[in-house]
Amino acid sequence: MREQTTLEQSIRQARDKKDILLMTHIVLGYPSFDDSLRMVEDMVNAGVDLMELQIPFSEPMADGPVILRANAEALKAGATVEQSFKMAERMTKEFDIPFLFMTYYNILFCHGVSRFVDDCSRIGIQGCIVPDLPPAEGQEYLDAMHAAKLSPIHIFTPNTPADRMRHLSDNSSGFIYTVARKGVTGKDTAFSDELSDYLALCNSNTDLPLAVGFGVKSREDIDFLRGKVDIAVVGSESIRVMEQDGVGAVKGFIETLVA
Amino acid sequence: MKNSGYYSQFGGAFIPEILVPTFDELESAYLAAREDESFWREYLDLMSTYSCRATPITRLDNLSSQLGGANIFVKREDLNHTGAHKANNVMGQGLLTRRMGKKRVIAETGAGQHGVATATMAAKFGFDCTIYMGAHDVARQRPNVFWMEQMGATVVAVTEGSQTLKDAINEAFRDWVSNMDDTHYVLGTACGPHPFPEMVSWFQSIIGTESRAQMLERNDRLPARVYACVGGGSNAMGIFSGFIDDNDVELVGVEAGGRGRGAGQHAARLAYDDATIGVAQGYKTYFLQDRDGQMQDTHSVSAGLDYVGVSPILSSMHESGRVRFEAASDDDVVNAMQRTVRHEGLIPALESSHAFAQAYREAPGMSAEEDILINMSGRADKDIFTVADAVDDPKWREFIIDKADAYKQEMGDA
Repeated sequence: MREQTTLEQSIRQARDKKDILLMTHIVLGYPSFDDSLRMVEDMVNAGVDLMELQIPFSEPMADGPVILRANAEALKAGATVEQSFKMAERMTKEFDIPFLFMTYYNILFCHGVSRFVDDCSRIGIQGCIVPDLPPAEGQEYLDAMHAAKLSPIHIFTPNTPADRMRHLSDNSSGFIYTVARKGVTGKDTAFSDELSDYLALCNSNTDLPLAVGFGVKSREDIDFLRGKVDIAVVGSESIRVMEQDGVGAVKGFIETLVA
Repeated sequence: MKNSGYYSQFGGAFIPEILVPTFDELESAYLAAREDESFWREYLDLMSTYSCRATPITRLDNLSSQLGGANIFVKREDLNHTGAHKANNVMGQGLLTRRMGKKRVIAETGAGQHGVATATMAAKFGFDCTIYMGAHDVARQRPNVFWMEQMGATVVAVTEGSQTLKDAINEAFRDWVSNMDDTHYVLGTACGPHPFPEMVSWFQSIIGTESRAQMLERNDRLPARVYACVGGGSNAMGIFSGFIDDNDVELVGVEAGGRGRGAGQHAARLAYDDATIGVAQGYKTYFLQDRDGQMQDTHSVSAGLDYVGVSPILSSMHESGRVRFEAASDDDVVNAMQRTVRHEGLIPALESSHAFAQAYREAPGMSAEEDILINMSGRADKDIFTVADAVDDPKWREFIIDKADAYKQEMGDA
């Protein structure tokens, strides 16, 4: 029997009270670390259940224009991995929701994979999403994460065959992140019967909770996902709102999603 | 997915999950093509009727006697259709694209040679074609952009990041993750996730196979040293592959020394010690990056060598000592090019001129009983604007000013 990580337990407990959870995404250091903190505070107060903190990387291959630019701007402003860890530590101490890191493998590799995992554990990060690290390349990472009882989270896509889904699920803890469509982050998604069928297929190939992201940006999208998945992920849209209307507008935007 | 494609500790396939089935499909198609002798026959037939294979080897008579020392020979990849070795890889991947039943190709390009070659292949095979090119490179390689567009390709100027080759690669991947069903990504060099380094090297090995036979036939002996410039490393992998088992043949890779050592001044990943091992753009190799693993800016007079990473196969040959890596500065490169133009009537591209510069530095110290071979990976027509600036030619400047005035006049009249 698979042992539940702290992350999976807290997701299941939260799901007992709510029929769908909301996870949001920010890029640490964009537009500044102070703004990152302010956004997290507003998001938590508005009712966000989990947060994905992206450590900026210069080559974010899987990200679309909005998050790509946020990575570049954070780096241009001088964001470092060390500062990201310090800020994440402050967030996990101040706010009582699970925090995850999302970043690309080179950040772990250059930091030292086991040191990266130890540091996550030390500062209270509960899981990681590393979109360019398939299990076949990530044995050291997986071993370290499992040993630290942290959750390595893998991604299901509409191109993933069922046997591969089971392989990814076997190598994951916490939850599975499914992307609603092909392509990169931050573009429109059709919320359709086809998507429902795909999410049912995802659910039948893992016993972990399911999160869905890529193109989720409104109350209607989240209502569509209710009953089909455990977690809705809003990524690029909250960054877009912040860029258009300022950091202060993020709270209002999140409230429209969870109201 | 199989955990394959490693060369000692370098290589691998660090790809987003969405592309895993696409890479599995590509690897199967590539392996099937290697098994099928008719594929290589079709490839050789195409290259001899559409491009100029086998390309000749030319002895540099004047410079060999001027410099003294070794006899200098040049492998003429500039005589390929589209003017560079890039055609070897592109036509091979074109055949593979047709086998996989895909209708659209995308590619990144730095200097524009790979983009032109891909647009040419797409025109011939009837594929739709989109080329991603850093905005900085679009600005310095207008003639190549012109030809790509004439051939029906869409050229997208990439304004992200440093606006050079690595950013064009990222954008091509972003296209591919949306359109993999009907699209093949024609990666232009021996980098990227497995199977690209191995597959591109296989198509380019035609250079080395020909060169070895030609040198033996002509001189009845193998060259003492073989020189190739190294950006991503495909022309070097191509020519080196012919001599890899000849332990007496020294292989010399020449990187972009730019303005000299120090971050941001050059693109020498292996010759200098500014690069460290990392994972980006889907593979593990030496990258010019900072301590956190953020890629740094690079500089070279030649757009085609201006790249943060290097073929994982070359990194492993660097580590094993099989290939020696050197760097040539921008100034040495322009001098070597001018010298080759003036005394031999050959016009090597700025990229290829790196190999010439290093060979000219070493030839005088060698014996007249030794031969050296330089891979002239491409010709410099595309570099005419950069070279005219580098040699500060007043008549060229006058020509451009007159041309601009004439355009302005026309627009004013319209």
